[in-house]
Amino acid sequence: MTARRETAARLHRLVEDEGDAVYANTTVHNAGRVAVNASWDRYEANRARARAIKEDAIERLPELLETLEAAVTANGGHLYLADDAADANDYIAGVCRERDAETLVKSKSMTTEELGVNEALAEAGVDVYETDLGEFVVQVAHEQPSHLVGPAIHKTTEEIADLFNAVFEPDEPLETAEALTDFARDYLGERIREADVGMTGANFVLAESGSVVIVTNEGNARKSAVTPPVHVAVAGIEKVIPSLADLPPFVELIGKSAAGQSISRYVTILTPPTDSPMVDFDRPDEGLAPADREFHLVLVDNGRWAMRDDGTLRETLYCVRCGACANSCANFQRVGGHAFGGETYTGGIATGWEAGIEGLDVAGTFNDLCTGCSRCVPACPVKIDIPWINTVVRDRLNRGAPPGAFDPLVEGLVPDAEPGGLSAQKRLFGDVGTLLRLGSATAPVSNWLAASRPVRAVLEWAVGLDPDRPLPTFRRRTFARWFAGRDGGAARGASKESASDVVLFPDLYTNHVRVERGRAAVRALEAVGCSVSISQPLESGRAPLSQGMVATAAERAERVFESLEPHLDAGRDVVVVEPSDLAMLRREYERLLPGPAFDRLSGRAFEVGEYLRRCLDEGADADALGAGDGRAVAYHSHCQQRTLDLEGPTVDLLERRGFDVTTSAVECCGMAGSFGYKAEYAGLSRDVGAPLAEAFGAVDGVLAASGTSCAEQLEDLLGRPVVHPVELLASGDGRRT
Amino acid sequence: MAADLVSTFETALDGLAVTHERTTAAELPAAVRRAVVAPAVGAPLPWDDLTLDGSGVNLSPTAGELRDAATGVTAAGAAVASEGSLLVQSRPGGDELVSVYPPRHVAVVRAGDVVADVPAAIGWLGDEFAAGRRSAVFATGPSATADMGELVEGVHGPGAVHVVTVAEP
Repeated sequence: MTARRETAARLHRLVEDEGDAVYANTTVHNAGRVAVNASWDRYEANRARARAIKEDAIERLPELLETLEAAVTANGGHLYLADDAADANDYIAGVCRERDAETLVKSKSMTTEELGVNEALAEAGVDVYETDLGEFVVQVAHEQPSHLVGPAIHKTTEEIADLFNAVFEPDEPLETAEALTDFARDYLGERIREADVGMTGANFVLAESGSVVIVTNEGNARKSAVTPPVHVAVAGIEKVIPSLADLPPFVELIGKSAAGQSISRYVTILTPPTDSPMVDFDRPDEGLAPADREFHLVLVDNGRWAMRDDGTLRETLYCVRCGACANSCANFQRVGGHAFGGETYTGGIATGWEAGIEGLDVAGTFNDLCTGCSRCVPACPVKIDIPWINTVVRDRLNRGAPPGAFDPLVEGLVPDAEPGGLSAQKRLFGDVGTLLRLGSATAPVSNWLAASRPVRAVLEWAVGLDPDRPLPTFRRRTFARWFAGRDGGAARGASKESASDVVLFPDLYTNHVRVERGRAAVRALEAVGCSVSISQPLESGRAPLSQGMVATAAERAERVFESLEPHLDAGRDVVVVEPSDLAMLRREYERLLPGPAFDRLSGRAFEVGEYLRRCLDEGADADALGAGDGRAVAYHSHCQQRTLDLEGPTVDLLERRGFDVTTSAVECCGMAGSFGYKAEYAGLSRDVGAPLAEAFGAVDGVLAASGTSCAEQLEDLLGRPVVHPVELLASGDGRRT
Repeated sequence: MAADLVSTFETALDGLAVTHERTTAAELPAAVRRAVVAPAVGAPLPWDDLTLDGSGVNLSPTAGELRDAATGVTAAGAAVASEGSLLVQSRPGGDELVSVYPPRHVAVVRAGDVVADVPAAIGWLGDEFAAGRRSAVFATGPSATADMGELVEGVHGPGAVHVVTVAEP
């Protein structure tokens, strides 16, 4: 309990201190990424190519490292393969010692952050200067980077000015971004000109030619690499790709993914030691001298070989560190990497990196902040399934928890395939189906209890349920009972020859809580000529999956498939109202069901708006659906629905029926299933939802959302009812049914 | 075709706030003289038919002259039409240093060396690799940072870039 309150307080503090700057920076870069990729027709082709190159490179890594070593040696450089951080740091300190180096300038490198190179070199008596301006700010402030690409995105211009004015005491106090940049450039320019060693990272390493590729906007990597006589490049072993010919998709993707830039300002391809002449600024009257350069490439294992052998963490090695998963993440946008990150890495992919490099315990300190909303999935330029990595790590954490940690109160309630060590909170939310069934069976008593302060205090104590979140209102007469009451549950005959035969999958939220949207879905489908049956109400597996209970989720998936299989055999398409459940059938089941079963089901499962539009496209009469007559609708589609690119059909339907639709670019409502109900995250969840609530609160019209949790969040934040769009489309007059 | 690529290239440069002009081989020294802010340093052009002689650019600077130069003049071995990128190679004449240190970079591009897009440019670079010239930067617009809270141009690299495209004879 105390731990939950502490987590909530820590997150609240970070939102207060850093949230606004992080939000401003990440949302600008995120919007830039979306815009530039929308204007480019080769995005998907390049992603597929980049993914294939990375898969192949990691598969052939031992062979590529041999090729690379031969190339670097032939070029006259040195390749050092370091086992771990200490090994790498010793080697780098040795290079500095050999040259009696007093100072070293560094361009931005997350791998050197991982190694703690700066601290190791300080102990060896070498002064290290970060030359990337963001890294410089963080170094001066003695803080950790808060983002893979923008290490200081948690600071405003004013805060950086205060920092620099206090530390450097310039004659004229610095105020503007321009003045700060000029000051840092001049200060670091001197450091670069006098440095004995230059260190860079490498975004890519080309095995065939022994080249390093460094992507920057500032020009500091070029200067750091080429000004001192010694260049040390440091990278993880996963950065190796076969050759220059493999570079184009990455050059095209990385700037777009990171910051919405069509290409980064400097994509530097160096095959050191280079032909650039030597320059010695300590002897200003001397000319440039013929090249006599020293080059060391330090490639680091530090857990990566083991990640390569790990079926789930292996995918992390494809990461190009663009930060798009952080920028597209609603939680990250609010808290930044000081909460959503581990020892070094930040954002959704950090779970994979930290689990592989530091261990599960470090990943466990922030893994809960991934809600599985999946908005990072289309953002990742190498198509890493980041939510899945987070889910599997959560599962491993659950299984690693001490056996005494479970709570008997919840243990008896929800038997499943999960270990006793699973926390009571995860167990409760993972088996939300049992709760919903009990809630409906005992309504209205369950609703009175849910609203009772003493009961909520006990629930907070026992399972970490936030005491201030209104709970969904359980309905005594479920959707399935309503359906059974119509014609004894038989499908009503289709009115037209072109009719489709569909089975509506009654997700549990539709069945027990938001019954109206189920009834509306049936009516709307029938109105466009479908003959509707319903299948057995079942939990799709989404709830346990989001708690990291993979085995339970797989069991649920199998039950759902068994319940739908006869309908598929009968030629029926499957229609789903709840987007998070539809996304299970279409996306997550790929991990949970045998291949043929997944292929069969996913190809026939449709979101209700998507299916209605399909019917119109195939000739059904649009006038059979409710008319909007210009009424304003603020519509928030669900995060997982958008990842499947399924916002469009519903917006299209509403607009075709004459509604005046406002949508939102907010990545997630913040509720994210159970996340917003948890005592430690409810506050953050409300903060995440605030921009959406603000935008929609200003709309004088109907509020609509496709997801249950989005609707619950908006109702809580705005105090206004929220309908599913199908409720607007089901009735003849376009009013809520 | 080449003319179309140059136009596309110039449109991309406009989007990056990079100024540009077209000239001929004969007019190049005069064009460069007009385009630089003194003192200007440079790296010798790698082409037999083009020269910076007569441009007033110091082609063998000392370290101090490099540090204090207002303009650096280099060749770009190729340019990317779609992005406005200049491929500046690391050559013994000091192109890398000259293109990154002074606050203004003037790049000389031959019209026939403008290629369509990034894959084409990397194809061009592949030929250069085969010839032993294996270091180059895709430099696209002025150096920039957003690390101080808003976009500022002119960080460690040049804050202003000017491109002189030399028409084919």
